[in-house]
Amino acid sequence: MIIHHPILGPRDAQEFVYLGDASLIDRPDGMTAGVEAFHDYLYQRTNPAGEHQELWYHEQGDRSWLVVTRNTVTHEITKVELARDVARARGRTK
Amino acid sequence: MTQSHRIAGGQIDRTKTLRFSFDGLPYQGHPGDTLASALLANGVRLMGRSFKYHRPRGPISAGSEEPNALVELRTGARQEPNTRATVAELFDGLEAKSQNRWPSLRFDAMGINDRLSTFFAAGFYYKTFMWPKSFWEKLYEPIIRRAAGLGSVTREEDPDAYDKGFLHCDLLVIGAGPAGLMAALTAGRAGKRVILADEDFRMGGRLNAETFTVGHATGADWAAATVAELATLPNVRLMTRTTVIGAFDHGIYGAVERVSDHLPTPAKGKPRQILWRIYTHRAILAGGATERPIAFENNDRPGIMLSGALRAYANRWGVKVGERVAVFTNNDDGLRTAKDLQAKGVDVVAVIDSRQAGELLPGIRHLQGAEVIDTTGRLGLKSITVRQANGRSEIIAVDALGLSGGWNPNVNIHSHHRSRPVYDAGITAFVPGRDGPPGLLVAGAAAGQMSTHAALKTGLDAAVAALELSIGPDLPEAEDAPIRITPLWHVAHGKGRAWIDQQNDVTDKDVKLAKQENFTSVEHLKRYTTLGMATDQGKTGNVIGLAIMAELTGRSIPETGTTIYRPPYTPVALGVLAGRSRGKEFRPYRLTPSHHWAREQGAVFVEVGNWLRTQWIPKPGETEWRQSVDREVLATRRSVGICDVTTLGKIDIQGTDAGAFLDRIYANTFSTLPVGKCRYGLMLREDGIVFDDGTTARMGEHEYVMTTTTANAVTVFRHLEFCRQCLWPEMDVQLISTTEAWAQFSVAGPNARKLLEKVVDQDISDAAFPYMAAGNITVCGGLRARLFRISFSGELAYEIAVPTRYGDALLREMLARGAEYDPIVYGTEALGVMRVEKGHVAGGELNGQSTALNMGLGRMVSKKKDSIGMVLSQREGLTDENGYRLVGVKPVDPNAKLTAGSHFLEKGAAPVAANDGGWLTSKVYSPHLGHDIALGYLKAGDKKIGQRMRIVNLLAGLDTEVEIISPHMFDPEGERLRG
Amino acid sequence: MRYSGFRVIAEALTGHKGWKPVWRDPDPKPDYDYIIIGGGGHGLATAYYLAKEFGQARIAVLEKGYLGGGNVGRNTTIIRSNYLLDGNEPFYEFSLKLWEGLEQDFNYNAMVSQRGIINLIHTDAQRDAATRRGNAMILHGADARLLSRDEVRQMYPWLNFDNARFPIKGALMQPRGGTVRHDAVAWGYARGADQRGVDLIQNCEVTGMRIENGRIKGVETTRGYIGAKKVGVAVAGSSSKVMAHAGMRLPIESHVLQAFVSEGLKPLIDGVMTFGAGHFYVSQSDKGGLVFGGDIDGYNSYAQRGNLPVIEDVAEGGMALMPAIGRVRLLRTWGGIMDMSMDGSPIIDKTHIEGLYFNGGWCYGGFKATPASGWCFAHLLAKDESHITARAYRFDRFLKGLMIDEKGQGATPNLH
Repeated sequence: MIIHHPILGPRDAQEFVYLGDASLIDRPDGMTAGVEAFHDYLYQRTNPAGEHQELWYHEQGDRSWLVVTRNTVTHEITKVELARDVARARGRTK
Repeated sequence: MTQSHRIAGGQIDRTKTLRFSFDGLPYQGHPGDTLASALLANGVRLMGRSFKYHRPRGPISAGSEEPNALVELRTGARQEPNTRATVAELFDGLEAKSQNRWPSLRFDAMGINDRLSTFFAAGFYYKTFMWPKSFWEKLYEPIIRRAAGLGSVTREEDPDAYDKGFLHCDLLVIGAGPAGLMAALTAGRAGKRVILADEDFRMGGRLNAETFTVGHATGADWAAATVAELATLPNVRLMTRTTVIGAFDHGIYGAVERVSDHLPTPAKGKPRQILWRIYTHRAILAGGATERPIAFENNDRPGIMLSGALRAYANRWGVKVGERVAVFTNNDDGLRTAKDLQAKGVDVVAVIDSRQAGELLPGIRHLQGAEVIDTTGRLGLKSITVRQANGRSEIIAVDALGLSGGWNPNVNIHSHHRSRPVYDAGITAFVPGRDGPPGLLVAGAAAGQMSTHAALKTGLDAAVAALELSIGPDLPEAEDAPIRITPLWHVAHGKGRAWIDQQNDVTDKDVKLAKQENFTSVEHLKRYTTLGMATDQGKTGNVIGLAIMAELTGRSIPETGTTIYRPPYTPVALGVLAGRSRGKEFRPYRLTPSHHWAREQGAVFVEVGNWLRTQWIPKPGETEWRQSVDREVLATRRSVGICDVTTLGKIDIQGTDAGAFLDRIYANTFSTLPVGKCRYGLMLREDGIVFDDGTTARMGEHEYVMTTTTANAVTVFRHLEFCRQCLWPEMDVQLISTTEAWAQFSVAGPNARKLLEKVVDQDISDAAFPYMAAGNITVCGGLRARLFRISFSGELAYEIAVPTRYGDALLREMLARGAEYDPIVYGTEALGVMRVEKGHVAGGELNGQSTALNMGLGRMVSKKKDSIGMVLSQREGLTDENGYRLVGVKPVDPNAKLTAGSHFLEKGAAPVAANDGGWLTSKVYSPHLGHDIALGYLKAGDKKIGQRMRIVNLLAGLDTEVEIISPHMFDPEGERLRG
Repeated sequence: MRYSGFRVIAEALTGHKGWKPVWRDPDPKPDYDYIIIGGGGHGLATAYYLAKEFGQARIAVLEKGYLGGGNVGRNTTIIRSNYLLDGNEPFYEFSLKLWEGLEQDFNYNAMVSQRGIINLIHTDAQRDAATRRGNAMILHGADARLLSRDEVRQMYPWLNFDNARFPIKGALMQPRGGTVRHDAVAWGYARGADQRGVDLIQNCEVTGMRIENGRIKGVETTRGYIGAKKVGVAVAGSSSKVMAHAGMRLPIESHVLQAFVSEGLKPLIDGVMTFGAGHFYVSQSDKGGLVFGGDIDGYNSYAQRGNLPVIEDVAEGGMALMPAIGRVRLLRTWGGIMDMSMDGSPIIDKTHIEGLYFNGGWCYGGFKATPASGWCFAHLLAKDESHITARAYRFDRFLKGLMIDEKGQGATPNLH
């Protein structure tokens, strides 16, 4: 597969390490959320057959975490963003 | 033997003669021959035996679709099984052997299976061999395993090298027949970067096997001229002997180039083959088509082959397969064979055309509306029986028979993304379906465009479309004969067997049985009968099997459907897929800064991940590893020892939020750590299990240096980046891995400070540099360095780091300047002994399954702040008060030996799981205590200190009484490390 | 019809005219007591044991494609019970015991062949872990042996002993491990279930679930609505898709695992072998092909196909271990969809919807589990309580912190 890195252009997916669903960005706050919320966050997956937003890490590259929108049936990639931008857009701060 | 069947013409170099042998007999051929064409030229038709019935077989094809003519090529370490003689290029000295026969190809004892074939119907083995139960493994299966298999494998290491490479282009053209050549020419002339790959050693595809003209030249000459022009274009790469094996995601294709298979041995420094990963914007599949036979009784005898193959052997290789040849066809293409052979002076005794009417060739006997119903000739075809239109049978003596049942487009690569081919009734074959690999177009016969004109035109059109060109070259004139075919898959007659999948011996009877037993879906048919599972992936046979199943079930062929093809297109040597990553080069070695020094000392090394670390360094006279390790431990605890700990992960963490960041990363707190100090940190995964541990130092207000374990250096850094970028993107914190940047040594023992004072430029007295101090220093008169007063051994100890390139020098300096303290360098074994003596957790305890509580470190998890894993570490299953706890273990009998991995049992308890108390995680021999000691996870272990239990190793029959003790087995008060 | 050697001979001598269809092709009835969704190994085994061992009737298996077309037909056929953890080992040992009597039980030769499995050891830490695991196996009543380097060398002298990046230091062996002819397992269970009146309905895809007041009523399918008192889902690979019909999210990701077979070869490898310093495992089929595999591709996928990097990685492992196979050719690769669970272990449990039961999350180890999975799922469906060997396979183990994490990788499905 080829991932079009937003900064570095097309890169072979072999340079990346895969983590999983980009919902892993949405970590609850440990001081307010309890076990149930963390359980849903860490363990439960939508696991769609189709479009999937997912986290890839450019380990053999610039060490960016990316959010890749990829179809899990065809493997077609339609969007690649810096995970940091996505996280900020989702309201994550410090 | 002379080349008795060689005739005029062909693209072979008759000025040179090549000698080769088959089953020990010498033969001759010419450059340009394949093993099959050369054997046929020598009158050899019998080349192999089938898998199940050991039927005598010759080649049925002249290409990579060959199911029968498989041989063991070469000898010794280069012996390769199952090589298709039809694609093995002849070289001088080639040695080949037939396979899957005993004692000889002509007389094969296993041929008895053919006589007993009625007992070996499809799937018979599922219905028997069940009684008595124990006989399967002891009797039946060993017999089956011995009988099964095709070629044999050498036990010697493959002596040849393989390479890998990467190529990029605008257009990859797969196949260099008329469509592929035209596509490449179109794109090449337009200045695009083109790769043209063909599995053959000569480009041109079918044009080399035909007598067509293209433009004003013969097809072969047009192909040669086109290749010559392409060769002049710098933007075009021509790759012969290169098979595109698969279409992968996003325009990546795998291809194997057989660099040296046509040579006796690879040239010096050259690989045998290269695996190319080709990245392309667009690709055109121009892989042509494969002819299919017609099934009838005893249709598998040597001398019976595809009609197009007979033609190819005559036209391209100047070989007549037989003296008296017949052709059995259901379409006009069979007539071409008759015509070409006749023109070559071969005696064509009959054309058996299943159609009622059609073209009649002058000078050749035509039997229209007729079918071949049987044949004779055990080791080679002798005669055919023809049922004429009027129902009368006639026996015709022939020694070669060409079969033409129509041509199947080579859709294989198009279906690698699981696109199902669709049936085209016009050509009675499956053509590429929808949803093929994105960016892949299909042209020529692969797309069902069967005439030369159509191939040229669709090749041109595909290139224009793929690259959005405005115009292409002029099309040369070429034949554009229509497809005239009346489907005939299978001649129903009599009680004999008609072969469908020749290699696997799948016959029409097997398909009938599958139908009778309701294995009617194509996938069930394939799996039950093994149709299409041979080394040719059913390239010639599959569709016939489907057609027969369709007939039997009363469904149409499209309703019956087809299975899909998987990569690779043709079988690929495992060596080339591995490339250089084998033997010692399987994975890279990471060497520590002290490696060269240690090698000089004769150190013993150990693999730790990709690192090679010093395990111990034997001294003269030491014959057993324990002697060396005990000495290293004792010398360290007595005076001072040095250990290379560069492999530990090192991460610089800087920024105004660095402290707050670490509070989130570690279970314990780091923002309160004073500058110039370090602290042991415990890192959890989000699921509350311990991830890693290590010391982290605060080098400045906004500057920390983290240490990780060797094993987790990479994953911890990845995790930190995840937290920084994805969880808390607004934190002002920057990370860099400096594992490779610093050489780091542990200096431990009562004289550690004294030794370091010899190299460190600053005051490191206990007052100036107390326990857990950290700081930037200089050594040896100004070299920047880092010093941490931390201890893994329980001794007064430091870790000192210098830029990696000075690591070797620093070690030598420390040993030289501190010589009066008799410093030793210790390896990972001594390191392990000392840390177990101190009860520090490491690999065996940090197993990804254990909590801080299990390790006796539960109180380190601060609940006053949010950190990774804090919440989920509180789940009930992870906080069981009778759960595993880290304990120390010593044998009651000091001479008794412990084994890591042994399990705890109470005294008198039976060795069953219900009594399993836990296990020993790490075990060492403590030279101070004079006996084995171990760490272990024991259920409610914290409440069992002082008790006696057993540890058992049932694998070795060991059962040892032990005492449960505190894990801090040496200097529990920690007086030494503060010294 | 009963199969036997005698029958084979009798049929052979009379032109094979007497062989009957191995299963019927019934139309779905309006309703059943039990619907099993998924006609793969686990679903068919569940139906078979429901009928045979638990005396249940009015059972249907709904299969969207053809029987045995899921992972039971595309795995590398290995059976073993060499697990470490208490939650797993009794279950897999139960499964191995069922394998040992399976052919006689369902009167079909699935070629259960216990030629042994060895896990090669390359480091001291691996030996310690193998010792822990081997002892756990024996404590649970399974068999295990720790082999020395020399013992391994006697078995396979042509492995890379002298020029290895990661030298072989020994192996953990389970002599009772081995292989089974995978398709035959599906067919044997299907035939056995069909003979006991189970309706096996192919080309019948479930497109919805009818749930009223927290209770399942039936399923919508491509062949119409079918009512059911109880519905069991056994569709590994598609678990998330099917359970989404019930509005459930699962602790599962779908990943592709590629498998490989070489051309047929004369006997080379007798048993099953796993390489401990890379991702590679191999056995040789009775037909002669080397059947091998390695790691999953690593990204979520329903595509049933993989990519080159893993193919190369697997070949590298193979060549590192067996330097003689450089000229052996890879014949075919294919991909299956794995239910990768959050701790690498499966789920056999009720759901919060009454009458709806779930079986999945098998990662790439579902084949060896087939008999016990069917048995335990049938037990759960029939009795509404977990079988004693499958009690740990609950949904709520993640909520309670009772993960069964053999590899110690945590909630990272692609690392299990």
